[in-house]
Amino acid sequence: MTKIKDAFRALLRYPSAVLGLTIILFLLGVSAYALITIPYSEAVRLWRGGEDVWYKNPKYAAPAWYNFFTSKKQPLSFAVETDDGTMSKTVASNDPNISTVDINYSFDYTYDGFPEEMILYFTSTFTAKFPFVSVSWITPDGRKFRIADMAIQNNSTFRFSQDPKLLSRLNTDKVMQALFADPKASTPTPLKGTYQLVISGTTFEKGSDIAAQFVFQGKLFGLAGTDKYRRDLMLPLLYGTPIALAFGLLASVGTSLLTMVIAAIGTWYGGWIDELIQRITAVNLVLPFLAILIMVGTFYSRSIWLMLGLAILLSIFSGSIMTYRSIFVQSKESSYIEAARAYGASSPRIIFSYLIPRMIPLLIPALVSSVPSFVFLEASLAVLGLGDPILPTWGKVINDAFTDGALYQARYYWVLEPAVLLMITGFGFALLGFALDRILNPRLRDI
Amino acid sequence: MATETLATPAPETPLVKKSFANSTFLRLVRYTALRLFTLAITVVIGVYLTILIANMGGYVDTIMRNEVRDNITQSIASNPAYRNLQPAVREKLIQEKIANEVERLGLNQPFVVRSFRYLTNALTLNLGRAINMTSDEGSKEVRLILLERLPATLLLTGSSELIIFFASVFIALTLSRKYGSWFDKLTIALSPTSAAPPWFYGIFFILIFAAILRILPFGGLVDSPPPVNKVAYGLNVLKHLILPASSVIISSIFLSIYTWRTFFLIYSSEDYVEMAKAKGLPPKDVERRYILRPTLPTIITNFALLVITLWTGFTITETVFLWPGLGITLYRAIGFYDTPVIVGSTIIYAYLLALTMFLLDFVYALVDPRVKVGSGSSQ
Repeated sequence: MTKIKDAFRALLRYPSAVLGLTIILFLLGVSAYALITIPYSEAVRLWRGGEDVWYKNPKYAAPAWYNFFTSKKQPLSFAVETDDGTMSKTVASNDPNISTVDINYSFDYTYDGFPEEMILYFTSTFTAKFPFVSVSWITPDGRKFRIADMAIQNNSTFRFSQDPKLLSRLNTDKVMQALFADPKASTPTPLKGTYQLVISGTTFEKGSDIAAQFVFQGKLFGLAGTDKYRRDLMLPLLYGTPIALAFGLLASVGTSLLTMVIAAIGTWYGGWIDELIQRITAVNLVLPFLAILIMVGTFYSRSIWLMLGLAILLSIFSGSIMTYRSIFVQSKESSYIEAARAYGASSPRIIFSYLIPRMIPLLIPALVSSVPSFVFLEASLAVLGLGDPILPTWGKVINDAFTDGALYQARYYWVLEPAVLLMITGFGFALLGFALDRILNPRLRDI
Repeated sequence: MATETLATPAPETPLVKKSFANSTFLRLVRYTALRLFTLAITVVIGVYLTILIANMGGYVDTIMRNEVRDNITQSIASNPAYRNLQPAVREKLIQEKIANEVERLGLNQPFVVRSFRYLTNALTLNLGRAINMTSDEGSKEVRLILLERLPATLLLTGSSELIIFFASVFIALTLSRKYGSWFDKLTIALSPTSAAPPWFYGIFFILIFAAILRILPFGGLVDSPPPVNKVAYGLNVLKHLILPASSVIISSIFLSIYTWRTFFLIYSSEDYVEMAKAKGLPPKDVERRYILRPTLPTIITNFALLVITLWTGFTITETVFLWPGLGITLYRAIGFYDTPVIVGSTIIYAYLLALTMFLLDFVYALVDPRVKVGSGSSQ
């Protein structure tokens, strides 16, 4: 116990180790947050969801922080609704059967670009007579546009850019430019100021009501942006963290521990067991590692847990089993093993209580340093199109971006966000592993 | 993977007392035969396992059979020439065509029989014909499909791996002489960068040099249409090579330097090196005769292992850069369930590996006078 404490204290003397530990703790925190706020089934549902889940988001929207890097500020997306009070609604009635519903929303627009689209979703309750709404738009300089007059059913959707009547009334196919442009400017530039959306509705029945949702799709969305399917990239970025950590840690712990145990057993018993282990290692050297993973992924299943098991299985009998073996051969002859044998310790006891614990200083740095390679292995498989079909992972995002030509079309955020997270993860574990190696194997400390 | 360890040759065994002049020769023959035998067994088992996996225990057969049935049923249903046939006649025609196609693919034989045919063909390097893939020239010969892609792969793997190897050995040698210097510390600090695979750096390089600066191509081997002039063609290929090769180099050079530097440092703290320095030998001589000489077996082992990995290509890097090499071909072969191509690619690697392992033993004996071929254990 004191040994561990000493090692930990020694670790804190290395700035790189502190940085690595901080990164890993941060990633663990993100994982915990992701797992608590988004349950597994919910994450899968959202990630697999189509327009019905993500209809509010614009396609290919860059993240909000994009505005920090550009002088031409782009509009940020938002959505408001009457149900949760973000859009004001007043109901007035003189007649028991007829009531008027006034819905108002005004917002400041200070951007240099035009939005993508604006959509109104109406839901209403009635038995026979459709409620009626008229929508108008007031610009900062006081001009008023009549947008739509329509009867609404239980669920009605009004897309500003796709309404033929509005298109012909404005005499343009660019509705957003017509509604936002400054009439005095020679080139289309948006007029900055407070815009107002006015919806006046009328219901013709007792108990009939109207609810509205106003979705403003700008050029930017949230902290992570959206992809081709309007999915918020925050979901895979957040949820990819526990998956990447679980994959990397399980694979490296499994591989390192099993390699060590097998090497110890082989060396201790010697004879045909040792010979067999060495022959398996030689055969494994011939087997194409990545090709086997690709084959299983293509032919059988792309489940991440199957890939994990396979990666462990193929990595156990690698070159490191030979390294461990050569060290075990030496420690097998040392006097404390002789003593254990003399008092009659059983073979398993000697292997697990005497041989293996001595190797832990070698094991831990190797284990920590091998985490990044497994994290990147998962991403590599995803980049080849063999990522888990249902789970949101970082590699999947990179793969989606690549197949959609994100780099050609200058949608850099789509590739950069998961790539930076991968890099941070890899760097954190690599830094800690290097520092641990220097602390636990003092032979290298001076070098 | 991330923690690169240098492959060290097997520890030399104590010298065996020489009794007869020809006992050395006998021991050599016996050792060689045993070594060849174990290596051959290893190759056979490795290749057979690959064949079994490439078929998923008969699962791929089912996929292929269903695919054949779908394709033929569809092609007959959509062919206007067969539209007026009686349903029974058409059904017969479909069954006949399916039987033909199944026979062409060899699916009428049980997989066990086919697997041994694949194995014997592979071992005799009779690579045979691909099932679905064709080379760009239109040939179905596996040999031609692989040969066509070999130059592109060797260009990429060869240029990058050789630069990594020689640059890291020479830089490491220099660093080991003046360790603790600013540049040495920088290399140590940068060595964790090798945690990321080449394609990862590839993404950043494409982003910076192709997408933003627009000075280098996004990927591919040559421009389309390719330049007619031979010199212009070569230069164009080199221009396309820069990004993939640099991503491979960047992703492993720092760790490689670090590993070699540590290795050289361990050897340069030996007593005989101190002695040589004390004698006042010039640093060049100390380096060449007292550090490089004893480490030569390790350097050669690593170089030999590197040369055979050139064959495999970098599947993912080639995919990201659309580099038409062997890695991408293997990936496509798997997508086509093309067992002959998968097996062909594996057997060549297996043979190269076995041959290298075999020759290395003799090379050690040549460069290291302490090692004797076949003395002691046969590991």
